[in-house]
Amino acid sequence: MTVEGFFERLRTEGRIVIVGASLAGLTAAETLRAEGFTGSLTMIGDEPYEPYDRPPLSKAVLLGKASPHRTDLPRRRELDADWRLGVAAAGLDLGARRVRLADGDEVEYDRLLIATGVRARPWPNETEAQLDGVFVLRTRDDAVALHRRLGAAPRRVFVIGAGFTGSEIASACRYQDLAVTVAERANAPLVGALGGVVGAVAAELQRENGVDLRTGVTVTALEGDTSGRVRAAHLSDGGVVETDVVVVSLGATRNTEWLTGSGLGAGPRGVACDAGCRAFDFRGIVTDDVFVAGDVARSPHPLFNYQFLSLEHWGNAVSQAEVAAHNMISPSADRRPHIWVPAFWSSQFGVNIKSVGVPTMGDQIMITQGSLAERRFVGAYGYQGRVIAAVSFDNTRWLQFYQQLIETAAPFPLEYSTVDRRPEGRRPIPADFPDPSLPTHGPTVTLSGYSPVDRRLVFTPARH
Amino acid sequence: MTHASLLRRITDYSSRADPYPLYEELRRTPVLHEEDGGPYAVSSYWDILSLLHDPRISSDAGNLAAAGSDELGEAEETGLPPSFIRLDPPEHDRLRRIANRPFGPPHSPHRIDAMRDDLTEIVSGLIDGFGDAKRIDLVDRFAYPFPVTVICRLLGVPREDQPRFRAWVDPIVAGLDPDPGGHDEERLRAAQEARVQLGMYLAGLVEQRRKEPREDMLSRLATDRGPDGLMTTMEVLTTAVLLLIAGHETTVNLITNGMLTLLRHPEFLRALREDPGLSVGIVEELLRYEPPVQFIPRRTCIADIELRGVTIPKGSRIWLVLAAGNRDPERFTDPDRFDPYRRDIQHLGFGSGIHICFGAPLARLETQIALAELAGRLDNPRLVDDPPPYRQNAVLRGPRHLSVAFDSVRP
Ligand SMILES: Cc1cc2nc3c(=O)[nH]c(=O)nc-3n(C[C@H](O)[C@H](O)[C@H](O)COP(=O)(O)OP(=O)(O)OC[C@H]3O[C@@H](n4cnc5c(N)ncnc54)[C@H](O)[C@@H]3O)c2cc1C
Repeated sequence: MTVEGFFERLRTEGRIVIVGASLAGLTAAETLRAEGFTGSLTMIGDEPYEPYDRPPLSKAVLLGKASPHRTDLPRRRELDADWRLGVAAAGLDLGARRVRLADGDEVEYDRLLIATGVRARPWPNETEAQLDGVFVLRTRDDAVALHRRLGAAPRRVFVIGAGFTGSEIASACRYQDLAVTVAERANAPLVGALGGVVGAVAAELQRENGVDLRTGVTVTALEGDTSGRVRAAHLSDGGVVETDVVVVSLGATRNTEWLTGSGLGAGPRGVACDAGCRAFDFRGIVTDDVFVAGDVARSPHPLFNYQFLSLEHWGNAVSQAEVAAHNMISPSADRRPHIWVPAFWSSQFGVNIKSVGVPTMGDQIMITQGSLAERRFVGAYGYQGRVIAAVSFDNTRWLQFYQQLIETAAPFPLEYSTVDRRPEGRRPIPADFPDPSLPTHGPTVTLSGYSPVDRRLVFTPARH
Repeated sequence: MTHASLLRRITDYSSRADPYPLYEELRRTPVLHEEDGGPYAVSSYWDILSLLHDPRISSDAGNLAAAGSDELGEAEETGLPPSFIRLDPPEHDRLRRIANRPFGPPHSPHRIDAMRDDLTEIVSGLIDGFGDAKRIDLVDRFAYPFPVTVICRLLGVPREDQPRFRAWVDPIVAGLDPDPGGHDEERLRAAQEARVQLGMYLAGLVEQRRKEPREDMLSRLATDRGPDGLMTTMEVLTTAVLLLIAGHETTVNLITNGMLTLLRHPEFLRALREDPGLSVGIVEELLRYEPPVQFIPRRTCIADIELRGVTIPKGSRIWLVLAAGNRDPERFTDPDRFDPYRRDIQHLGFGSGIHICFGAPLARLETQIALAELAGRLDNPRLVDDPPPYRQNAVLRGPRHLSVAFDSVRP
């Protein structure tokens, strides 16, 4: 069969299976149909729900401004898909092109998309994790349960980990006037994602908003009462905090276990793929029929020295899924690379935070607009003499410009002046990221590989 | 005129009815600089978008004065301190943030949508007012009076004061559009006089609302103590006048351009009559196809900027020609076609970046309702003059009159 003939048949009568029926999965399915795919489409998702949106779960939902049941992702078109919801994919046979389901069923494919995302990393002590009142926040069910408990007027909420999710939860609690303590191993919130300079601003923000923020400590144990309800958290500095709700926000674990033994290059850091979203097998050979998108993917990025990156970013999931879907049904000459510039947003304590690029790669930061003191600023991150990322607090509308600087590898430090000149800043200072070998709650961008420009292999300790 | 520079041909009145061929010519030189000391005109979509987000570009009138004046006249000569549209951060951010609290999300997410019934009522009233006429000037009878009434309701100008209010607004708006043939002095004096009167009236109203606040925007601006503190009375006045003038200039032209475009494309007028929901797509496409603000002339760069191999030196004036970017074939397929069903429509009609149109949600809703109602109620509407006579202004472009004939007005 000619190549055109093959793709013609794939597009009209092929079988495409998508595992992971959430943001990336839905986007890919819609894109496939939009691009004229008329074959059979199967959506496998282990959650019982149709695709819904997660960012509101730690924001509007906890603030009581949106119901956790009302964050369904909008549908742009009729999908005509076979939905297998509430059942997990349990295995993959690459040779036979079959996905095995947890209920014993099997589904064959011509093209497979893996979009299984990540899950919340649970509290490591299982008995303590089982205590009534201990929560994580990743799914709709998590949000319903946590929301209900916050509504029952707890005396104090205890959040473990001050990454984005933990900080957003703390913000939601304060908004509802709930007492909240946040414990963070690093010296400030958001440090893993944005570094110590910005972290210090986040710390101030939390304290001013009445958060009891404990930094430089770890939680050593959660203590329950006789009826199995959590009642206190013990800290490494000897402190004990009485609490009746604990939210564990220790970052995420990639959902790749179901691929164990399949022969794919999948592991705790995600499923490796090329810039066209094609998965690698464990020998480093790219597959033709298995694609990856969203939080579970890790792919090399030319702007960031071909480092393999895993991004836990909403926008990335969308754009990567679009590229994957397009490439799945296109001959190689028509395929597109996914070279999206990472972008992440968060909102907490009334402040809009947004980043572009990969701040965690930056070794220096320079406040180019606004001021840290006013908590309205843009900071640019530099790496080896070029701009690698930028972050804004309540200054989102300028970021597009910095994105351009990143895309063109503009020199760092920046030399121009801006309309928003302030006395402070305009001098690069160390961005102050913690030693990556120390585990933290985890940033939302993970550098997870070597770059071909590194001639030597450096041991990068796992974060999992 | 054949040897006149391209920018002069664009600002020349004879190009007003159809500047689009000139914009096409303009895009061939993406960064056009024709005269020493003259502006650098930027006309392609991506370049404009990037400059709108560029922190080296200033909107501050002070920087502009240093860069020398342009031929376009100063539209917003109010005698008040500059409004946030003419300021840079951090003052811009502070004032805009305070102004936004009573106007839009996150603090007032439903403010504009809650005006829907009000707007419909105003629109119906104006259309009822056509009486038995079979032909009207849409500008004078509809598109001009509509935004004043809206702004009065939004700000909280009492109903009984609205005629006085309009009597001041009319000369001010007329004064914004100088007549090329001269005779301006009289009009400018009248406008200045009206400004003073309006300012005094508003100041009185602000004082009153400070003492007895209501639900309206003026009360909120005068009393709302957010994290940025309180606006001074002068700042409240500037902001109110900004809403008035900026809200006027644009909505009038958007509605008029909209009706003109629909009359030129009767199939969409019919479609709109059948499905008023189409007004959303129509208004978005209008903002791309016939944007009321054709270009942003008052920006200065405060550092050297390199664009497409050209270095725009620090201190230069920059024109961002939004209407040219909106029809850039590198960005939009078939850009010269009016297509309200277009899906990919990130137009520059409201600008972008920190100065993105403050009143956009209101302008959208006003125009959607206006066009849907006109389409629904005018029987067999027809364009009398094509092209209609245009206003002098090249920046805020739109017909000065739009004569529309119809068989009857449906109840
Ligand atoms: C509380 C919260 C707040 C967030 N806020 C922001 C934000 O402000 N900004 C931002 O940019 N991003 C934010 N994110 C991140 C964003 O939601 C993710 O990047 C996005 O959801 C990724 O989509 P995905 O489809 O790749 O993965 P997911 O949304 O994780 O979806 C994966 C799906 O696959 C399912 N699955 C897993 N394993 C299997 C299996 N074996 N078989 C079948 N199904 C399986 C999972 O249950 C899940 O439904 C937030 C995330 C959370 C949880």
